[in-house]
Amino acid sequence: MKIPLRALPEVIKNLFSKPATIKYPAVKAEVFDAFRGRIVFTQSECIGCDMCVRVCPAKAIKIIPSEQTHAEKKIFDCLMDLNHCIFCGACADACPKNALESSQDFELAQLDKTKLKLHYK
Amino acid sequence: MPKITIPLGPQHPALKEPENFMLVLEGERIDKASINLGYNHRGIEKACEERTYIQDIYLLERVCGICSHSHTSCFVGCVEEIAKVEIPERAQALRILMGELERAHSHLLWLGVAAHEIGFDTLFMYTWRDREHVLDCLELISGNRIHYAMNIIGGVRKDINAKQKNEILKRMDILEERTNYYVKLITQEPTILARTQNVGLLPTQEALKRNAVGPTLRASNVKSDVRKDDPYLMYDKLDFKVITADSCDVFGRVFVRVFELIESYKIIRQIINYLPTGAIAVKVPWKIPEGAAVGRYEAPRGEDIHYVKANDSIKPERVKVRAPTLANFASVRYMLEGGYLADVPIVIAAIDPCMSCTDRSLVLDGEKTSSYSWNDLRLMGIEFYKKKGIDFSKVKI
Amino acid sequence: MTLDSVLSPLFFILVFPGFFFLSVYGTFLEWVDRKCYALMQNRIGPPIYQPVADFIKLLAKETIIPKHCDTALFKTLPFFAMASVITAMLLVPVWPQALFPFQGDLVVIIYLLTIPTMTFFLAGWSSSSPFATIGAVRVLTQLFAYEVPLMLALLGPAILAGSWNITEISKFMFQNPLLLIVQIPGFLIAVITLQGKLERLPFDIPHGETEIVGGAFTEYSGGLLAFFNLAIDMEMVVGAALINAVFLGGSMGADGILAIVVFLGKTTFIVLLLSVLKAIMARIRIEQMINFCWKILAPLSLIQIAMNIALKIRIG
Repeated sequence: MKIPLRALPEVIKNLFSKPATIKYPAVKAEVFDAFRGRIVFTQSECIGCDMCVRVCPAKAIKIIPSEQTHAEKKIFDCLMDLNHCIFCGACADACPKNALESSQDFELAQLDKTKLKLHYK
Repeated sequence: MPKITIPLGPQHPALKEPENFMLVLEGERIDKASINLGYNHRGIEKACEERTYIQDIYLLERVCGICSHSHTSCFVGCVEEIAKVEIPERAQALRILMGELERAHSHLLWLGVAAHEIGFDTLFMYTWRDREHVLDCLELISGNRIHYAMNIIGGVRKDINAKQKNEILKRMDILEERTNYYVKLITQEPTILARTQNVGLLPTQEALKRNAVGPTLRASNVKSDVRKDDPYLMYDKLDFKVITADSCDVFGRVFVRVFELIESYKIIRQIINYLPTGAIAVKVPWKIPEGAAVGRYEAPRGEDIHYVKANDSIKPERVKVRAPTLANFASVRYMLEGGYLADVPIVIAAIDPCMSCTDRSLVLDGEKTSSYSWNDLRLMGIEFYKKKGIDFSKVKI
Repeated sequence: MTLDSVLSPLFFILVFPGFFFLSVYGTFLEWVDRKCYALMQNRIGPPIYQPVADFIKLLAKETIIPKHCDTALFKTLPFFAMASVITAMLLVPVWPQALFPFQGDLVVIIYLLTIPTMTFFLAGWSSSSPFATIGAVRVLTQLFAYEVPLMLALLGPAILAGSWNITEISKFMFQNPLLLIVQIPGFLIAVITLQGKLERLPFDIPHGETEIVGGAFTEYSGGLLAFFNLAIDMEMVVGAALINAVFLGGSMGADGILAIVVFLGKTTFIVLLLSVLKAIMARIRIEQMINFCWKILAPLSLIQIAMNIALKIRIG
């Protein structure tokens, strides 16, 4: 059955309803709690087991011994290459001490590539 | 009337990914069509052999942006079969939940793209707006909108709680109401009917002969669905229908997909309401014993096949992916020939093509009998690019 | 010959209602169209300066001219299109009276409005690229489809008024508002065919982007494309103004500034109708378009004319 101008009522209804889009940079987009954004690193927790390095599919993460010397125990730095990171969160899952965790930070675009190489100390 | 040949693609507004269709036109009619694949070859299968099974999951997820869960489920299913692991029921249910949400997201996206190809941008905007509800559900569960990274070998990564269940059910009600509206719109709006009915005809016999899969085959009136024919996970315990259409044209494909949306919502409701209890994953060692397995999975676009060969190490020996689009391309040529130029975009879009899914095959030339090793191919590649003035010989792999 | 007799036509051509007014009002109407289209699709839509920004951006871009085309023709066509549209505007009444009214200006204006379409054809044909050639052929095919119903629809009020003069027709329609009700089918046919003339959805077949890229304008870029777009915007104003004058009684007896306000209001209303049409339909195929125009619109407009002739005999 053909009804000409079938979409007309819907179109008129939408003309007077609130737009579904947002003016993004001015109005912030919301993400859910479970969102997997930039990975954050807690240095005091890391034991240097390299599990995250082994699971990382993009080879974006490196754990190196820290330059600062500490008497009690060995501490580690995390080198994170956001150029490579695919935000799968596999490193956070693999970490036995929860030293790595997904944050909700997703506005990571940079004009300068070197700024995407993070060094967590 | 003189015949002219026009190249549709690799850069063309109707194609979302680069692929080339050479069309020989006689006025507005298409006399002959040929398809050239290979603009998207990324070497994913080879890359899989260089990585561990766990890393491969995230790599294979990126075979396709839209059926990301399908590819990983299929691959993980194969690996579990080789390792002889039985995954918990709750993990199976959660995999199906993600799979059906993905089907809803894919079909809504496709409906929008199809509407855009026939110039109905309003429908395009509406379906993509409503698709946001599905993407919200996916992000709610897994933490990402497209690449959910939900599967691991032995189960799934994230569980869902009562609050998330309510949120999903709430969104399913909205989506069902909207989908019912789209059913009315596509079956009643004269311009949509004018552009889809009797366009891109693919009779049942031709569809079977050319090995079409998924909604394309079902729209040619063949009851074929891996979920029913060869049930995996726990699909045999679920109540749903296989939608077919007997019109064998683009309208049939729209019809099948829109009604599959409603079936998907039904499955999602069943899963949420009767979610088995228990663990969501079992531990599987990194090393997978020797063996090979073939997995079949009903992706939104049709049957997806993975072949995995393991050799008692942490890396697979061979991974082969047959994406549904490749199976459907043989029918596209048949559907294009004899049609109008104006119908080319919608006929190509009607199989829901995913070019980057498809482009990992090599064409074997029957005349040449010599075979190449991986290193030979690499040297050939370096020679090829040297002629174009790019030197890759110093790149290390 | 006094200075005034030279200056005032120059003013008419360049400022009001010529080039300057048409370009400003044309870009404004483009914004109205885009914003309304966006709202109907549940989007926010572009800000008011967007069409101007687009125009300036295109002007700043490099203009690439294909090797194998007729360069002189390729470069002058956008300005031909614009000039003919501006000339047409001088014949449409913006005030109660057109600037240069004469018997038969209705025919002349239809002729002048055909010239832009011909330039689209020549633009596509001279670019010598497959997509542009197909677009050019479609432009001509479509011209033959919508031109006859449009002409017949505009003929209806002319027969009733017993005049070929747009100003007289609009005066007549205003004096007999009841006759307007009888003209509704004719008005709708004119709006639909205007949509075809402006090559907008569902009749954007000559440059349906998913089929033949940019159609006749595939090879156009930079400033030349900007002026073509401007010419199309201007054509929209003239088309709306023509329908306003012929069917809706022009300025409705108002004078001075008020007449311009009425003119702006009613042309905006017609453009809104056009954008609603654009939002609710899919693009149809060229042969469906021809069938629709010849088998539905043309007979309907003939019935309208027959009705008008009967009415004319009745009221004397």
